[in-house]
Amino acid sequence: MTSELRDDAPASAARDADRQAEEIGREDETALIVRTVTINRPRAEIYAFWRDFSNLATVMENVERIETIDERRSRWVVKAPAGKTVEWDAVVTDDEPGRLIAWQSVEGADVQSSGRIEFLDAAPGRGTMVRATFSYDPPAGGIGEWIAKLFQREPNVQARRDLRRLKQFLETGEVTSSAGPSGRDEDPTEQHL
Amino acid sequence: MRAITWQGRHKVQVDTVPDPEIVNPRDAIIRVTSTAICGSDLHLYDGYIPTMRKGDILGHEFMGEVVEVGPKSTLQRGQRVVVPFTVSCGNCFFCGKEQYAACDNANPATTSDASETLYGYPMGGAFGYAHLTGGYAGGQAEYVRVPYSDVGPIVVPDGIEDDKVLFLSDILPTGWMAAENAMIEEGDTVAVWGCGPVGLFAVQSALLQGAHRVIAIDHYPRRLELAKQLGAEVLNYKDTDIREALFEMTGGIGPDACIDCVGMESHGMAIDNLIDTVKAHTFLGTDRPAALRQAILACRKGGRLSIPGVYGGMADKFPIGALMEKGLTVKSGQTHVQKYSQLLLDLVAENEIDTEFLISHRASLEDGPALYRKWHDEQNDYTKIVLKPGMEPAHEPA
Repeated sequence: MTSELRDDAPASAARDADRQAEEIGREDETALIVRTVTINRPRAEIYAFWRDFSNLATVMENVERIETIDERRSRWVVKAPAGKTVEWDAVVTDDEPGRLIAWQSVEGADVQSSGRIEFLDAAPGRGTMVRATFSYDPPAGGIGEWIAKLFQREPNVQARRDLRRLKQFLETGEVTSSAGPSGRDEDPTEQHL
Repeated sequence: MRAITWQGRHKVQVDTVPDPEIVNPRDAIIRVTSTAICGSDLHLYDGYIPTMRKGDILGHEFMGEVVEVGPKSTLQRGQRVVVPFTVSCGNCFFCGKEQYAACDNANPATTSDASETLYGYPMGGAFGYAHLTGGYAGGQAEYVRVPYSDVGPIVVPDGIEDDKVLFLSDILPTGWMAAENAMIEEGDTVAVWGCGPVGLFAVQSALLQGAHRVIAIDHYPRRLELAKQLGAEVLNYKDTDIREALFEMTGGIGPDACIDCVGMESHGMAIDNLIDTVKAHTFLGTDRPAALRQAILACRKGGRLSIPGVYGGMADKFPIGALMEKGLTVKSGQTHVQKYSQLLLDLVAENEIDTEFLISHRASLEDGPALYRKWHDEQNDYTKIVLKPGMEPAHEPA
């Protein structure tokens, strides 16, 4: 007999793709990323940092800058190969101070993207769980192919690195760096094992 | 500046590389006055640690003078400091619990992926120890950039020589924490596998922490002699059946706590170690846990197992049955150096712990590559090598 009990896992951990689609709003061909990070800072502080989108370039590797247009609109300038950039405008679609922020790119943008970031209390004294949900749906051809490569080849890698940088910056005041001297010729393919 | 770089298995060299610079506000730059070659550097030398890159600067045991500080560093130019091998932020949940080696922020975002895949969560940061732990340039160099310098380095009072305090960077706190993890009680017999630097400090620490007896195990006579001088009874596994000896010496009960100060490149004399060696060389397995197996089997029922020895991957034929059925408690991990710095500085200053007995060789940085070879091949006589970047080289630089 199959149990009717539904477990307490977040939808992103479900083995059932239908359940993921239904509960997170995943659509076909869309790269969807869900990742949670615990940050040892109060909810209000992390919310305030994120709500000023211009802060995010500090922690997001691909983002050159985000310009605030008005209270709800922002322009995302994202790095592209050969020193070029790609831009799109995003609008805030949901905003509950200290609890969540959601945004999506405006209609007609080169990159259809949306994001949602939720702030949940961790156990008392243990800071805030920050859950990010990003989706990207680039068009076919040209710049779209490049965007697909950037965001979809390893859809989780960029998000998890960006969230690590967010945590580092908010907890320590710096983005951790091991930049320093070496005798390497900077070919990362030469890594041992 | 000059620095010792890793070039591949059994190949290190001294290179001229750029000087380090301040990158972040909490950084400091240290001019290295003394730096040691660690037993765990041999795991890099032998090519057992993944994610090394040709040209990486080695070294994670170092001290020196502060020559430059970022605006948020609490250090001052001219101060003498010993730098923990662990890079730790001081702000995260783990640093808050004094689990500094587990720091959640010290490993940069781009180098955290590999260990998250291997171990489930990213490792913390460490100097000069591959890109799994951040790819930080190491201390076998003239200068080092020290991130989060307001948390790591401990300032050394004038009048205490380098050689006395250098080992606060790694091997002394590692030996101390190894003994602490053995949770020693009154009347306890503690067995220590491996009389390298960490093992010898574990012997001293176990006695200071109240062990009734310490039994030290190795096969190098010189190292056993040092253990004996520190107050241990010693066993040479080349001459002696270790399990039989421990059984008899403890009246059939077994040691109350066992400490594995050997780690992944255990020599051992048994057939299982030969198989492990073949597997490690063919990448069918990575770790050769002969000492660990013996420690688990020898330990008394309900006893404690402390593992400061370095392991990196998978071990075969791990006696999980003995571990479970005897109800052993296991404690392990990289050392939370910052937690012990002040306590151990005090014990060294008060001559409660002897550190200088260990040093067999002092040399210049330029002599480092030749000494790596000696450290690898002549472990009986080379008990600890300290390099002094300011010293005249014995040989012409290559």
